[in-house]
Amino acid sequence: MTTPTLTTPQSLAGSPAAPAVSASVALPVKGPLLTRTGWSAFVVALIVVCAIAPALNLWVPESSALHMSTYAVALLGKIMCYAIAALAMDLIWGYTGILSLGHGVFFALGGYVMGMYLMRQIGLEGNYKSNLPDFMVFLDWKTLPWHWTFSDSFAATLFLIVAVPAVVAFVFGYFAFRSRIKGVYFSIITQAMTFAAMLLFFRNETGFGGNNGFTDFKRILDIPIATPSMRMTLFVMTGLTLLGFFLFAKWLVGSKFGRVLQAIRDAETRVMFSGYSPLGYKLTIWVISAVMCAVAGALYVPQVGIINPGEMSPANSIEIAIWAAVGGRASLIGPIVGAFIVNGAKSWLTVAYPEFWLYFLGALFIGVTLFLPNGVVGLVKKLRKGAEQ
Amino acid sequence: MTPDLFEEGARRVQQHAALEAGQTNTESGGRSASEGRIATPGEVDVTHGRILYLQDVSVSFDGFKAINKLSLDIAPGELRCIIGPNGAGKTTMMDIITGKTRPDEGTVFFGSTIDLLRHKEAEIAQLGIGRKFQKPTVFEQLTVFENLELALKTNKGVKSSMFFKLDSRQSDRLAEILVTIHLAGSVGRLAGNLSHGQKQWLEIGMLLMQDPKLLLLDEPVAGMTDEETARTAELFLTLKGKHSLMVVEHDMSFIRTISEIVTVLCDGSVLAQGTLDQVQADERVIEVYLGR
Repeated sequence: MTTPTLTTPQSLAGSPAAPAVSASVALPVKGPLLTRTGWSAFVVALIVVCAIAPALNLWVPESSALHMSTYAVALLGKIMCYAIAALAMDLIWGYTGILSLGHGVFFALGGYVMGMYLMRQIGLEGNYKSNLPDFMVFLDWKTLPWHWTFSDSFAATLFLIVAVPAVVAFVFGYFAFRSRIKGVYFSIITQAMTFAAMLLFFRNETGFGGNNGFTDFKRILDIPIATPSMRMTLFVMTGLTLLGFFLFAKWLVGSKFGRVLQAIRDAETRVMFSGYSPLGYKLTIWVISAVMCAVAGALYVPQVGIINPGEMSPANSIEIAIWAAVGGRASLIGPIVGAFIVNGAKSWLTVAYPEFWLYFLGALFIGVTLFLPNGVVGLVKKLRKGAEQ
Repeated sequence: MTPDLFEEGARRVQQHAALEAGQTNTESGGRSASEGRIATPGEVDVTHGRILYLQDVSVSFDGFKAINKLSLDIAPGELRCIIGPNGAGKTTMMDIITGKTRPDEGTVFFGSTIDLLRHKEAEIAQLGIGRKFQKPTVFEQLTVFENLELALKTNKGVKSSMFFKLDSRQSDRLAEILVTIHLAGSVGRLAGNLSHGQKQWLEIGMLLMQDPKLLLLDEPVAGMTDEETARTAELFLTLKGKHSLMVVEHDMSFIRTISEIVTVLCDGSVLAQGTLDQVQADERVIEVYLGR
């Protein structure tokens, strides 16, 4: 009988010392999902989102200095949505090396699916007191178009928030990755995709409210949407989603799957000649990233109260990339930090010096690219290392 | 019956079963090299004594014939050295075997049953052909350990990668290879921080992790110190026999150490073949190397 033999050089050379030698090599042990400090920070974030923020907003009286204003809730909720989008961008750009300049499309698709449901929730309270959304009455449409069929069901909406961008991303990604479109060409095509989608959604005939999009939402799950407690609920939901996605992304990049992604980024041919088909890997992370972005969009729309084709403008997609770059690619906390820094600066600058915002954004991007290739998080790591030595 | 009779009986039954299963390995393929064998998908059939056949392969780029009616074959367990002047088509030949380049015409077979022209790069790698590039190609942002782990022969689908865990046999294997490639002390180092020679070794180690039947090595000792080169020669000689190797190299002393049969490529086809002394004595080879 033949016994299976290891075809390693040692076993070929017949070296009897081979097993003893191998035992002496210390292989690294796989670390936990988060370090002790990491988990502590995670729990603190969880407490802030679920307990402290609601308490400061709902129970601390408005006269108190500790009161968290509705404006702050709305702003932070919005930025957390952006952070989810930046995290999604990081998975595809930072870890896989595929720069998408069309992630705004997925964000907007999630937003539009949610927006359709919110439009139906208005019911008969629209300006025209019709069963149909106002813009359809205005266009003199008598019935709902086919793609609005399931828009009155919340369950179907939740499903479609995931399914629609997943299908769009899959089809687009399949053809792009199968044709081995890479680098700047892929970025340009995604940019063209978001622009084309914007033009499509601008048209009244497509049934998405044209350039006005959807707004004037009244209720969600038959509960009035503008009450403080509803706003807080959406805020907490967004925070939990962000934290959940962060853990998921952490697990993903820590698995062998995540290392294959980084390997694709660094040396794709070696990956192929190691027996991996990059198509499946790229497609999987591309779809995951698109869905995360869409979920962010779906949480964003009820909080800001509007969705229109402007969300698909090329500049919006580029901004997502900038958040990830500023915070630091190839670390998961980086893009979240980046989204908070850039949008925090934006909400202040657009009020204080509205005409300078775009210049500032451009300068920031150039500055980060030139001087902080690993973003703010990379800088902090570097400083910490320097302090240790 | 006595125990030794039992044993004798068991031995004969096993011997017969081995014959039936066609496990007798002779140069001609033994009893199993007959008609009516069942081809197992994905398994390399070397019963005819050849693991790689290239026949009349041609490929041209913009009218330039990089490979011109090239025919070449390699026996299982052979260590074949390929030499030739620059532009002879050595790397292009490897591109064709590994599925990176499609030839315009010709046939390329792995064993007697697998038509390599019908497979993609990743599939060819999984069938058991490993390739080392001219320029060492490792995953620079990953550690030595992670590089080897990625190369490990296992299910390479998306889902199994997500839930992959190294079992004890695989870690033993990884540790052995770390020792073989002299990188046991650098397990946790980033591959990008290794020296050129070490990167070459790491890439060879990644190939070994794949456990390929055929290894294609494009200038494996380029940039290595003399000591590293000598170690590489030793390694290749231990691999010979169990794996088939095709080594493209310019370093003649290295070739002299490891070679049995040397094939000289020139202008995309085989110019001469034989031992190193034979081909070095060949008039045409001298002409090609010393200029016209």
